[in-house]
Amino acid sequence: MGMTMTEKILARGAGRESVKPGDLVLAKVDFAMGHDLTIPPAGKIMREQMGAEKIWDPERVAVTQDHFQPAKDAASAALGRLTREFSRDMGVKWYFEVGQGGICHTVLPESGLVLPGELVVGADSHSCTYGALNNFATGIGSTDLACVLALGELWFRVPETLKFVYHNRLKEWVEAKDLILYVIGQIGVDGARSKAMEHTGEALKHIDMEARLTITNMAIEAGAKNGILEFDEVTKQYLDGRAKRPYTPVTSDPDAAYEKVFEFDAEKVELGVAKPMSPDNYAPLSEVAGTRLDQVFIGSCTNSRITDLRRAAAVLKGRKVASGVRLIITPSSHQVAIQAEKEGLIGTFLAAGAAWTTATCGACLGGHMGVLGDGEVCLSTTNRNFPGRMGHPKAQVYLSNPAVAAASAVTGVITHPSEVLAHLPAQVA
Amino acid sequence: MSFPKVLRGKAWTFAANIDTDQIIPAKYAIYSLDEKELGKHAMEGVPGHETWASQVAAGDILVAGSNFGCGSSREIAPVAIRGAGISLVIADSYARIFFRNAINMGYPILQSPQAAEAVQEGDELEVDLEDGIVRNFTKGDEYRCEAFPQFMNELLHMGGLVPWVRKRLEERRKAAS
Repeated sequence: MGMTMTEKILARGAGRESVKPGDLVLAKVDFAMGHDLTIPPAGKIMREQMGAEKIWDPERVAVTQDHFQPAKDAASAALGRLTREFSRDMGVKWYFEVGQGGICHTVLPESGLVLPGELVVGADSHSCTYGALNNFATGIGSTDLACVLALGELWFRVPETLKFVYHNRLKEWVEAKDLILYVIGQIGVDGARSKAMEHTGEALKHIDMEARLTITNMAIEAGAKNGILEFDEVTKQYLDGRAKRPYTPVTSDPDAAYEKVFEFDAEKVELGVAKPMSPDNYAPLSEVAGTRLDQVFIGSCTNSRITDLRRAAAVLKGRKVASGVRLIITPSSHQVAIQAEKEGLIGTFLAAGAAWTTATCGACLGGHMGVLGDGEVCLSTTNRNFPGRMGHPKAQVYLSNPAVAAASAVTGVITHPSEVLAHLPAQVA
Repeated sequence: MSFPKVLRGKAWTFAANIDTDQIIPAKYAIYSLDEKELGKHAMEGVPGHETWASQVAAGDILVAGSNFGCGSSREIAPVAIRGAGISLVIADSYARIFFRNAINMGYPILQSPQAAEAVQEGDELEVDLEDGIVRNFTKGDEYRCEAFPQFMNELLHMGGLVPWVRKRLEERRKAAS
């Protein structure tokens, strides 16, 4: 019996010829990540409870200051300091300070730190993002991270794999975000619970790496352990000149076993949103068009890379944010901000009357710079809209793609972007 | 730390898909290193449960629907529940990171669709952790729990991943010397 990509990576990590779903394995980790909310407890557990004095490999660890940084209050500053000191004491090679990194899940791929065929863990649920680069990547807790930092290995249950095949191509305006929101709407927030989501098909060949990262980013929103894509020319080009280590891509065997295969016609997927209060509460945009908004947020590891900002800027260029609504734009990394500055996107945003922030997780998790109040309605390009995620438990959050978010900021109500701009310029579509 | 054999307590019930932002809103992540403080805010994000933590008596049992603990990877979710005084969580099913985190902490959790379906708030429960049986004194019922793989049971009984890592580090030091 053949193996899926996920099974092959776990088998290699465990030093075994083969593994099958349900097996519990102890596997070597190729790369690990933690941030300002997860490094302080992990560091404390590793040093004080586990009794480890150093980390297994300082070159295979990244630490970002992204969740509550730049520090939103004194307590967050204390967590930032613990994170900084741990990284310094342990000699972490890939430490990203405020103003030099940004959101972990944008920083690691853009820095070429998470590579095909690798086994990657991150103490953050959206660590599944990296799987777009043909690796096994999953979110873990702080005790898990402490174990990995101390030993370079961790226990895993080999997941069953669900295969998602996307036929044909996405239509104009419809983005990777709409596709994954649609899929989660179909299978539910526990539809892939503890399983691997392997994405394939014609539609994926025609989307760039940043859009692919949006798809794997939201695997956790279906409860999945990981999301993974095949290696192809797009992957290779993205990594050329970027990869920090040599790598070996992995493919699923033709006779690999899948628990279930889902087939979708990408051409039939419409622009859509997740309505409050769950990421699987999918609705076509037409159903919610006209919903009045208090805030629009373009940010997060899901949808605030440079291609996302280009689309938002194309919609906003020469237009103004509507009265009665506020638009907050948070780039997902410092590199993204530098590129946005070069391309003049920031000027477009500022002229439109948007608030432009430093790169941080910020408002996405109700941290800072855009936390919602009681009953406020927000359209957000983020990943999760459970009650209280962005602030007050009674705030209403809709999830969408960046072009929809930008168009809706211009009108003040949820709006199809074609009502603001006839067509996206070819170079950003 | 010795693993308990039998636990008794009053049940607090919750619906399906309770996510980590409801279990412990992100704003309390600033208390990541303070279990007691986290405990004061456990389940605060579940509508109608703003003062829930203050009503919990030490030893009470939390019973939830499917996919309990979905959402973020924050280990402060099970830490907050433990900090509130809950001795054990029983759910129809768990989101995987919450499940891992609890096992890694050596915090007893059980999976029982039967119990999740039948138990009502306030029911008096007795749980035999070794046999995986939940007895409901209020209803005179008994529910089976699903067995965990051997390695997870071992981790739970030894007190979680910390002692396991200590042992492994010790083996490595011996091998190196």
